[in-house]
Amino acid sequence: MKLVEAIIKPFKLDEVKDALNEIGIEGITVSEVKGFGRQKGHTELYRGAEYVVDFIPKVKLEIAVSDELVAKVVESIQNTAKTGRIGDGKIFVIGLEEAVRIRTGETGGEAI
Amino acid sequence: MKLKHSLIVVMLTLFTALVGVSAMAEEKKDAAPAAAVATEAPKAPEAAAPAAAPVAAPAAAAPATPPDVKPVLNTGDTAWMLVSSALVLLMIPGLALFYGGMVRQKNVLSTMMHSFVAMGIVGVQWAVIGYSLAFAPDMGGMGLIGNFSKFMLNGLIVMKDAASGTVEWTLFQNYTKEPGAIPELVFAMYQAMFAMITVALISGAMAERVKFSAYCLFVLLWTTLVYDPLAHWVWMTEGWLFKKGALDFAGGTVVHLSSGISALVFLAFLGKRHGFPNERMAPHNLPLTLLGVGLLWFGWFGFNAGSAIVGVNTSDAAGGLAGLAFATTTIAPAAAGLSWMIAEWIHSGKPSALGFGSGVVAGLVVITPAAGFVQPGAALIMGVAAGLVCYGGILLKAKLKYDDSLDAFGVHGIGGTFGAIITGVFATVGATGLLAGNAKQLMIQLIAVLAAGAYAVVVTLIITFILDKTIGLRVEKEDEIMGLDQTQHSESGYNM
Repeated sequence: MKLVEAIIKPFKLDEVKDALNEIGIEGITVSEVKGFGRQKGHTELYRGAEYVVDFIPKVKLEIAVSDELVAKVVESIQNTAKTGRIGDGKIFVIGLEEAVRIRTGETGGEAI
Repeated sequence: MKLKHSLIVVMLTLFTALVGVSAMAEEKKDAAPAAAVATEAPKAPEAAAPAAAPVAAPAAAAPATPPDVKPVLNTGDTAWMLVSSALVLLMIPGLALFYGGMVRQKNVLSTMMHSFVAMGIVGVQWAVIGYSLAFAPDMGGMGLIGNFSKFMLNGLIVMKDAASGTVEWTLFQNYTKEPGAIPELVFAMYQAMFAMITVALISGAMAERVKFSAYCLFVLLWTTLVYDPLAHWVWMTEGWLFKKGALDFAGGTVVHLSSGISALVFLAFLGKRHGFPNERMAPHNLPLTLLGVGLLWFGWFGFNAGSAIVGVNTSDAAGGLAGLAFATTTIAPAAAGLSWMIAEWIHSGKPSALGFGSGVVAGLVVITPAAGFVQPGAALIMGVAAGLVCYGGILLKAKLKYDDSLDAFGVHGIGGTFGAIITGVFATVGATGLLAGNAKQLMIQLIAVLAAGAYAVVVTLIITFILDKTIGLRVEKEDEIMGLDQTQHSESGYNM
């Protein structure tokens, strides 16, 4: 099992979600996050006062997947979240030790 | 801080000197042949002063002056003034939203409260003593302040028969040659709203760091010692600036210039917000601010078009003059919003919503003294100029790094002064300005601006100095960082 963590541009969320549905992913956790990478922040100007906004809003997806699906999921996210411009985000794949479905107590691959 | 203090001192001496000189110059002119004054009387605005009329009448041998007529209640005028009063009141919540949206989230309630509490304090002050100081007959005959005869709005209702409760309403007749009048109570309440909003305007400079108790005392003292006398000078027929013929249709000098310049004085003592200008202090909710702009503009129709009640040589409140003021109050802010937006677009790359909204307010401020004196074309030019001038004022602040949090001085001080002066340029309706060949009017406007500005500076300086030395103006640094909502009011604006 792996945990796929993807940081993407917020407006791409729906597209990515649909693409993941198509390949059979049944659960995603989404959070609104802020951060910066090579894109850096931007400046805002209020009545002549300039402020640098260091952190830009992004969306973080967390998807627990079985080993055989990992490559497909990563590829799917990479294709749909891509705009080709700076700030498209990152995908991390992390090893996942255990999963438990709270309602039934199922564990491992059954639980995801 | 030291720099601010010396700046204020320099400004002060400059102002007082200028006022002294100009007042002396005027005095000489006034002492010139009385016959000249008499012939001038029919067209000059000072002829509208009922107080001046009895004095002038024997000298001029009353050639063509129509006789005074008894006031008669006009229900149409009264209806419009009731509505106007309510419209002006609505500007204060509008101002609360306008300012509230521009501060940080932790100070939204305290900032809005500054406007709201002004409604409370001045509402009471006005009924008790404010109206009397501003609009009661002159105390001492100098045209400086009203006497105490209208204490507690005394005399506005005349009791005819206490047993049956029969009363008679005292009428307010603006121009003694025309009968149209409204109940003086309505006039008093209309003026109450002006007093409330004027002091609330100043709060924009103090936002995010002023101690609430100090602010409340400031509201009471400033309204009593600065606003009430200024209203008497400019709007009361016995006031010295009114007699000089200073034009201020709806309060460019009394309201905007006085509050804007007082804000600057207060700032000199108050100092910058902690972390200014490095920390991010961006507006937390600009939609609130834009809603505020909308309410201000809406209410401003009462502010300006309602002020036809004190227009020269007319007693009509709801008539052509109100219509003109309504038109200029539509045109000037529209043009000013655009000119600010375009200036910002060219200068800094993007047309911002805050910029457009600020431009609208700047246009409203600038057209206020001129609303019923200029034609629509002039209003358009004044509006365009308002946006550009006030945008320049804001940029100046960013350069000089003084911390006028919400630009009370940048918009109201600069806009109010600019508007009061150029009213003397563009006036053509009921009065004449420079473009109509009356250079003297521009001179009178300058005197009014300098006198009102100097008076507001000196008295605000004294009030602020005393408050600073006694209870202190600022909250503790820790409280400021925590936010005024928490530390001054034990509340927070958003619990979501």
